[in-house]
Amino acid sequence: MSYILQILPSLLSGAQMTLSIFFWTIIVAIPLGILVGLGQTSRFKPLTWLLNFYVWLMRGTPLLLQLIFVFYGLPLLGIVFPRYDAALIAFILNYAAYFAEIFRGGLQAIPVGQYESAKVLRLSYGQTLRKIIIPQVVKIVLPSIGNEVINLIKDSSLVYVIGLGDLLRAGNVATARDVTLVPLVLVAVMYLLLTAVCTGVLRLLERHYSNWR
Amino acid sequence: MLEIKNLTKTYDGKLILDHVNLTIKDDEILTIVGPSGAGKSTLLRCISGLEKIDGGTFLLNGEPFDPAETKQSEAVIGVVFQDFQLFPNFTVLQNVTLAPTTVLHVSAADANREARDLLDRLNLNGKEDLYPYELSGGQKQRVAIVRALAMHPQILCYDEPTSALDPDLRQEVAKIILGLKQDGMTQIVVTHDMDFASAVADKMLRVEPV
Ligand SMILES: Nc1ncnc2c1ncn2[C@@H]1O[C@H](COP(=O)(O)OP(=O)(O)O)[C@@H](O)[C@H]1O
Ligand SMILES: [Mg+2]
Repeated sequence: MSYILQILPSLLSGAQMTLSIFFWTIIVAIPLGILVGLGQTSRFKPLTWLLNFYVWLMRGTPLLLQLIFVFYGLPLLGIVFPRYDAALIAFILNYAAYFAEIFRGGLQAIPVGQYESAKVLRLSYGQTLRKIIIPQVVKIVLPSIGNEVINLIKDSSLVYVIGLGDLLRAGNVATARDVTLVPLVLVAVMYLLLTAVCTGVLRLLERHYSNWR
Repeated sequence: MLEIKNLTKTYDGKLILDHVNLTIKDDEILTIVGPSGAGKSTLLRCISGLEKIDGGTFLLNGEPFDPAETKQSEAVIGVVFQDFQLFPNFTVLQNVTLAPTTVLHVSAADANREARDLLDRLNLNGKEDLYPYELSGGQKQRVAIVRALAMHPQILCYDEPTSALDPDLRQEVAKIILGLKQDGMTQIVVTHDMDFASAVADKMLRVEPV
């Protein structure tokens, strides 16, 4: 027990890094994903090509490679980011692509008739999106977004490769130093807690959207 | 009164409507009939501003009028779609009040009061808080009619109002349309059902495939 109390501060400070990567990625990548998804369904072809290329690139290469590229690769071109910023840039760009793909699918599932009936009722395009389209899309995409959110918690451990001290790294350091499994078990428990909280929040959201179909 | 002169519409260079002329007087019911593929829905979509036209003019009460460019506040044409297109994320009441409150900036209290009145008149009392998935086809259609009426259109259009319903509901739809005429509503009804058309029509326009 006293050993646990002894290593807890370092694990918690690692968890703080994990959470901060997690929250900033969610907060920026979801709205960005909505915009990219909207752009992908636009009628302006050059824009859809560009965005499709971006999504293809981000989903077609490993996130680990993207992290390494931003932190170790870009400095060779004279573009230098601090570790933490590099991690956020890579995560946001990567996850926005996954979110975009999910939102694109959701947007395309809405019948054109919904836009048309809003239009003859004289709603503006913005009002139509906000009041009619987005709520329906959110309901459709919620389960897939949930999967990505859970993945993100675990993927955040990849930041070890650019030397950031996250939860997994803190546990790994303690295990190597003290030759015991306890830190790794604690790390697993913490990841489980985080994913459980996320799953719970998503269930609540899904319930909120369950009174209509 | 709405006058349409020489309306021409093409899709990808293919002529669909060729110099169509029609006039509809106030309080009249105009039915547009013709075989499938004749361009009835296309004509309605031009009138309601959902399609850009290739030629022709619209005159509303003698004034030039562009259905595709009417301002937010001017709800001239109301539409009841073939598949109704209610908003599934809103209750019946919210479907009706959404446009009056967000577009016309009617207060929620006033919009609710008028919506309840209209819903009552079309026998939808008690359904206010249901979601569209909980309604029958006929009920959905009546909600769609109320939703369009709540914007006080000068002309109400229907695309194939009997096609998505049980055949025995045809009478009821005819009764609703004739009832609205009594209240002074000008209506355009697209249908390929000749019996239904003759039951409601003051005037009939026949369109043939070009
Ligand atoms: N969006 C569209 N793009 C191309 N052709 C269309 C489109 N909508 C309808 N058409 C064509 O226009 C013609 C008339 O269609 P429509 O107005 O739906 O006929 P109706 O309602 O009388 O059955 C048909 O030949 C149809 O294939
Ligand atoms: Mg049709």
